[in-house]
Amino acid sequence: MAFDPPPLGAVVHNEVVAARAPWLHAVKAGQTLRIVDLEGNQAVDFLVYSAADDAERYSAQDTIAAQKNIFLREGSVLLSNEGRPMMTVTATAVAYHDTIGGACSCESNTLRYGHHTKAQHACVENFLVANAVQGRGKRDMVSNVNWFMNVPVEADGTLGIVDGISAPGLYVDLRAEMDVVVVVSNCPQINNPCNGFNPTPVRMIIAQ
Amino acid sequence: MSSTATPYAAQAHARAQAGTRVEAMPTVPASAAVNLPLGVAAADVVWDETIAPGGYASRQIARGSRLRLTDLAGDACVSLLIFNAERPIERLNIADTLKVQWNGYLGQGRLLLSDMGRVLASIVDDEAGTHDAFCGASNQASNARKYGDGFNHGAHPNARDRFSLGVAKFGLGRKDIHPCLNLFKEVRVGQGGETVIDVGPYPPGRSLTLRAEMDLIVVLANCPHVLDPREAYAVTPVRAAAWRGPVTPEQDPIRNATPEGLRAFLNVEDYFSR
Repeated sequence: MAFDPPPLGAVVHNEVVAARAPWLHAVKAGQTLRIVDLEGNQAVDFLVYSAADDAERYSAQDTIAAQKNIFLREGSVLLSNEGRPMMTVTATAVAYHDTIGGACSCESNTLRYGHHTKAQHACVENFLVANAVQGRGKRDMVSNVNWFMNVPVEADGTLGIVDGISAPGLYVDLRAEMDVVVVVSNCPQINNPCNGFNPTPVRMIIAQ
Repeated sequence: MSSTATPYAAQAHARAQAGTRVEAMPTVPASAAVNLPLGVAAADVVWDETIAPGGYASRQIARGSRLRLTDLAGDACVSLLIFNAERPIERLNIADTLKVQWNGYLGQGRLLLSDMGRVLASIVDDEAGTHDAFCGASNQASNARKYGDGFNHGAHPNARDRFSLGVAKFGLGRKDIHPCLNLFKEVRVGQGGETVIDVGPYPPGRSLTLRAEMDLIVVLANCPHVLDPREAYAVTPVRAAAWRGPVTPEQDPIRNATPEGLRAFLNVEDYFSR
């Protein structure tokens, strides 16, 4: 686990994603996407699609099965639903990240917190909005990564989103192993500790 | 002259095959099913089929129906997809199923939740308790690595490609193959996040019974678990049997077991208020 971010190649894109906002960007094979948790403990919900064939997309289950571990750490390879490497976690300053917790939605919020939360903005809304630009829709929603989010599993199977283990300025670096499209929801959830009850901006840097 | 040299002879040859019994086949009509659970009338059976090792099935079942899956010989691994039959864009959401219920291990009394905040099915009976919501379906690549090939047309079909066929029969495609549940093979999570698999051997005849809380399309693939450590393509037949049943009443204990689950049932009832 590298605490200081390693040097990047020539930066081709550098953008701050506002709190609660969606983001979509292509990342070419060999390029690195760095996500910086600017203010600390901000969940970044993350999906990735093959640029050549978007029916091939990130698969949390394939990724977990191949590495025989539910946590994403430095060295983890994000696999597609066809079992192919899409991106590799080349460096991160956070011990582990989540890929079992999924994305918050208006509908699941009604179960988790009550029907008074149905009108709140949610990650699935961001994913749908961002994906719509490229013609994708609800069938393109699958289990996602939650960078900087902490979901431990107890011995009896009890699990939940608990206080984060990230901090201001911590990062994750992802090297694309194929041409991909990355879709992000900078999580707007305010009913659990995934964003420290205060959604904040994150920085996205794409480098050669 | 061969017995199939003319259309007349070929017709007689084809018709002579009728009545053949094999292990993996459907019972048609389903009401002719035998060895039913106690209290289930043959007339109420709507589906009875034994699915081969490496086989698959997809089927529509009505709200209130019970679907019992039986691991006949103790080595089945049933990967399961579920859709709302009326509007298949609504489907099983594994992450919500675990997160909303605050638990990663599914068993008796647990709910299978859709991505729309509703209960697709309840687990009303589970003699196994050894299931997996983490590791998903095998695929062409994983089966090719382990068994040399994973083709639908070969000896080692993979669960994902079985799903492709199962969903295609309902007009759905590759994008509709959502993260799945694996039934009968257990995966637990260790303290460091590691997956711990147990493929048995398990006693034969263990079953799991689902109650459909909405009209469903279920897609089943019976292929070795993606983390099965054995060299051989090891899997045995599974029986799927479904019968008509009442819609879940208000006082149902599973419906009322948790505040999150109750709201999921309320959302189902709201959906059907029309």
